[in-house]
Amino acid sequence: MIENIDLSLVNWSRAQFALTAIYHWLFVPLTLGLSFILAFMETAYVRTGDETWKKITKFWMTLFGINFAIGVATGIILEFEFGTNWSNYSWFVGDIFGAPLAVEGILAFFLESTFVAVMFFGWNKVGKKFHLASTWLVAIGANLSALWILIANAWMENPVGMIFNPDTARNEMNSFSDVVFNPVAIDKFTHTVTSGFVLASVFVVGISAWFLLHRREEILARRSIYVAGIFGLASSLLVAMTGDSSARTISKVQPVKFAAMEALYEGQNNAGLTVIGALSGSGEKIGEKEVYDTKMKIQIPGLLSVMTTGNPDGYVPGMKDLINGNPEKGILSVSEMIERGKYARQVLIDFKMAKELGDRESLASLEAKFADKEFTDNYFKYFGYSYFTNVWQVIPAVPVIFYSFRLMVGLGFLFIALFAVALFLYSREQLERRRWFLWLAFFCIPLAYLASELGWVVTEMGRQPWIIQNLMPVHVAVSNISAGSVQVTFFLFAVLFTALLTAEISIMIRQIKNGPKHQEEEK
Amino acid sequence: MRNSKMKRMTRLSATANNIFRLYYDGFRSMSWWGRRAWLIIIVKLVIMFLILKLFFFPDFLNTNFGSDEERSEYVIEQLTGNK
Repeated sequence: MIENIDLSLVNWSRAQFALTAIYHWLFVPLTLGLSFILAFMETAYVRTGDETWKKITKFWMTLFGINFAIGVATGIILEFEFGTNWSNYSWFVGDIFGAPLAVEGILAFFLESTFVAVMFFGWNKVGKKFHLASTWLVAIGANLSALWILIANAWMENPVGMIFNPDTARNEMNSFSDVVFNPVAIDKFTHTVTSGFVLASVFVVGISAWFLLHRREEILARRSIYVAGIFGLASSLLVAMTGDSSARTISKVQPVKFAAMEALYEGQNNAGLTVIGALSGSGEKIGEKEVYDTKMKIQIPGLLSVMTTGNPDGYVPGMKDLINGNPEKGILSVSEMIERGKYARQVLIDFKMAKELGDRESLASLEAKFADKEFTDNYFKYFGYSYFTNVWQVIPAVPVIFYSFRLMVGLGFLFIALFAVALFLYSREQLERRRWFLWLAFFCIPLAYLASELGWVVTEMGRQPWIIQNLMPVHVAVSNISAGSVQVTFFLFAVLFTALLTAEISIMIRQIKNGPKHQEEEK
Repeated sequence: MRNSKMKRMTRLSATANNIFRLYYDGFRSMSWWGRRAWLIIIVKLVIMFLILKLFFFPDFLNTNFGSDEERSEYVIEQLTGNK
């Protein structure tokens, strides 16, 4: 039974999922962005007929291929974990999770695998235009694959387009378009893929900077910085825009996460956005959770209100409003949500009893309740709260989210500056002379990976304790297996993924050091 | 009629041959990193599907229950917390 669930099992299962997701995400964003950079470079080759562009494209294609090969199928491990460690969740989400993942599988298999082969093997076998089309289709296919995964992930944060079937204990999709056009999915997709574009652009600019520092492959480096600089600058501005839209959506569908991102405990009008700040315990507590004060803060007055309500005087609820409720602002207290969730759960218990007793009349009326909008909107919507006994249990780890968010945003602005300076120096033909900039660009490569991972830390840690927002807490989702077996596979994955990452880095470093000239000779 | 069928067959076999040659020549003339990458892919897939999936990641509900009805009952039991 859920009440007897082993907390170490929950924590190890979470740690294992986090480990695999973090490693998986080390490979994905480079594929998403570099595929488009390749397409731009090859387009330049086909349009100009300049063989140097072909050489440049082939060099970056090698690095793309290494990353693609090492990263391919690492996401499947996450699916293994759903079936083994998270069986209650997997069953409960039903086809809503399965359908987008199936579309992703088919798209990934047919689009990517077919055209990746043409991209790598087809240089002298197919026409220039067909090859270029294949490169573009790989880029589009890879990004469309991400779309379906992110739709599934967004549903967990804002479950829409479904109806719960008490007979099967599964959610059934009743509106595919609601699932696909879920506002969280749209924000998540645009923000995630554009952040992948930024990472890939930083990667290309950084490696090119390394060539310039070593006075090698100067034409390749300059042209690559030009292409990646434009793509990176446009993408990083888009990341800022989609991040803003994402924050607005989060403030509506996951207000506790939003309050945690800002460490905002007291709701206020004309709320300012904290640019920099340090959290320190105030001595006050909400249940067992510490309340933090933001010290040494630099704030932009009114910006948080503008971001969430569009009005500088708009009211932004704080953590205390969201936990204790604020009737004036139409905010339900968590204790009220717990009561409503318990009622919904009692209806499910009654349904189960009626089924066991063969009471058809009660069965029919109880089943109808789950299709009734009044019940679903006011009670079943809070089903997951029934598993909590204290209101403070719905508060996530505020400092982790607060600092991760700030670091991610700060790095995002650093990358905007990086691309702008790169393009400025390129236009003035001063790239080679500004060695400080080249070193900065090179050392930005790990920072881009850090920013990308921090984005996921904010989104996934921020939605704790939920695996499905308001419907299912993480501790209810786990399978009844031993924590020991999860520990064993945790370390197995740690070894496997570390080996894969080491292999990727070592093969990439070798190919980068060889450069495009050796690459041609190797063949 | 027969002629056009023959032509279509010839075109199809030429296409199939071209696709085969694309892969065959591609794999044969693969670079050092390409061969290394394929080796890693194969080792990784073997570890994932023949070791991890088989021995460490059985599907919990499929392994422990024979039918969807049993699986539903089990999950409802878990959700309601009542035996």
